[in-house]
Amino acid sequence: MASGKSGGRAGLLGYAILYLAFLYAPVLFLPLFSFNDSVFIAFPLSGFTTQWYEQMFSDDAMLHALRNSLEVGAATALLSTILGLLTARALTQFRVPGGAAMLGFTSLPLFIPDIVLGISLLILLNSANLPLSLLSVIAGHTLICVPFAITVLLSRLEGFDKSLEEASRDLGETAWMSFWRVTFPLALPGIVSSLLLTFIVSFDEFLIAYFLAGNEATLPIYIWSQLRFPYKLPAVLALGAAILVASTLLVVFAEWLRSRGLDNRKRITVGA
Amino acid sequence: MSKLARFYRHSEGARGFALMSPTMLVMLAALAAPLALLALYSFWSQNGYALDTHFSLAQYRASLGRVGYRALFLRSLEISSLVTAITVLLAYPMAYFVAFRVEKSKFVWLVLLTIPFWTSYLLRVFAWKVILGYNGVVNSGLMSLGLIHQPLEFLLYNPTAVVVALAHAWAPFAILPIYVSLEKIDRSLLEAAADLGDGTVRRFFRVTLPLSMPGVIAAAVVIFVPTTGDYVTPSLVGGSNGVMIANIIEVQFDKVGNWPLGAALAMASMATVAVLTLLFVSAVRAATGRIR
Repeated sequence: MASGKSGGRAGLLGYAILYLAFLYAPVLFLPLFSFNDSVFIAFPLSGFTTQWYEQMFSDDAMLHALRNSLEVGAATALLSTILGLLTARALTQFRVPGGAAMLGFTSLPLFIPDIVLGISLLILLNSANLPLSLLSVIAGHTLICVPFAITVLLSRLEGFDKSLEEASRDLGETAWMSFWRVTFPLALPGIVSSLLLTFIVSFDEFLIAYFLAGNEATLPIYIWSQLRFPYKLPAVLALGAAILVASTLLVVFAEWLRSRGLDNRKRITVGA
Repeated sequence: MSKLARFYRHSEGARGFALMSPTMLVMLAALAAPLALLALYSFWSQNGYALDTHFSLAQYRASLGRVGYRALFLRSLEISSLVTAITVLLAYPMAYFVAFRVEKSKFVWLVLLTIPFWTSYLLRVFAWKVILGYNGVVNSGLMSLGLIHQPLEFLLYNPTAVVVALAHAWAPFAILPIYVSLEKIDRSLLEAAADLGDGTVRRFFRVTLPLSMPGVIAAAVVIFVPTTGDYVTPSLVGGSNGVMIANIIEVQFDKVGNWPLGAALAMASMATVAVLTLLFVSAVRAATGRIR
């Protein structure tokens, strides 16, 4: 019986490791071949080179798309985090009638395929005679990022001790100053991780941007346009590897910040 | 005015509404209004370059009546159902492992499992093209090992490749909800079942699995609904036999330029998916209730 149980335990651990391999292995081929000295993406590897990286980072179209993506990502992160913060604050601080229904409404974009969001925004802009530009991409990305921002910020503000803010009010601070000096610093780790996560979602998003960008290109649109040329693939792999490393670092940082924030909050609540 | 100000200060609801109103306005403008317009367009028709705004069901008749479109609907639903089933089945033991076997480093495992979700979707799908392609990793690897002499052509450009790439890309979406529902299970219930003589397997099917069903349902819905509308994966690895409904919708908004037909195809697929999802959720709930 005991041996059977530990057998099951080892089996599960083995499964978990295989599962991680399944998650990561396909993605790790991108950096591997990005250093391979051949235009064909095939085994055996033929030698080490950094030429694909040099080629990629001297490509003006790529740099332009990168700048567009950074701008769109920053604007989206800021907008969706502000909207998320207002909503999370309203739902945690006040008893809002119909609050649950409104929260459900804001999470709808998660349950509608991106293609539908993309074409319906395209129809709206077209009917209103508004031009397609990076601004329309920002609007579309804000729509899909708001649910993420609300989730992150709601979990941050939910367990939050109301008495801290009340104490500040009792000690004579105005509502605004109480928010600024008590609530905001406590919510800060959540705000930063919401900014980072929404930035990444926007930075990676392809389909909505594809419909709404007009003549501009974001980085995923640029990558998409390169995928049909076989001789450009190694340089795309180099770009992909660079994106993987950068977004992994950002995510680990965001998650670390969020978990540290959660620990701090526990300590504060217990202390109070 | 002062009356209004007093009401505002005293009413929690009003202050809550005021704080939520910017988000609600944005959602109304960027979600509700566009979807309403999409619905409206689906009842119009394209007349050459002009839009004919007379109410008509022609686009729905075309969407549901033409054999080609019906086949695409069916294939999209088939692919998504398979992806959902595979992803949830593969993710369950993984989530179970983190919830019940990992003790100290749960957070590290959860971050490890979610990192792939945050890295480029386009590149994760593209990676499968690199792996399964004619000159890809699998073929060139097997050939340099001398196991095959001709590249295998059946690996890429078919529905199976779409299923594999999607199951890989959506894995983290299955793990998290299942993990959360497993983590919530009161451990004393498991002890009670063991004390009352249930073996490990029986206990799992009578206690653990039914109690984790909310997570399984959430995972299934969160994967099934968006994958039915996936565009990138079928375009990259599907080939002509792996085309899904989103590809044909995109064409209506791009080259052919029949927006009303594209709108009707989108509306019809959303409605089908919504009905199927509701049926699935209520069926699973009923089945779980019977076990208990």
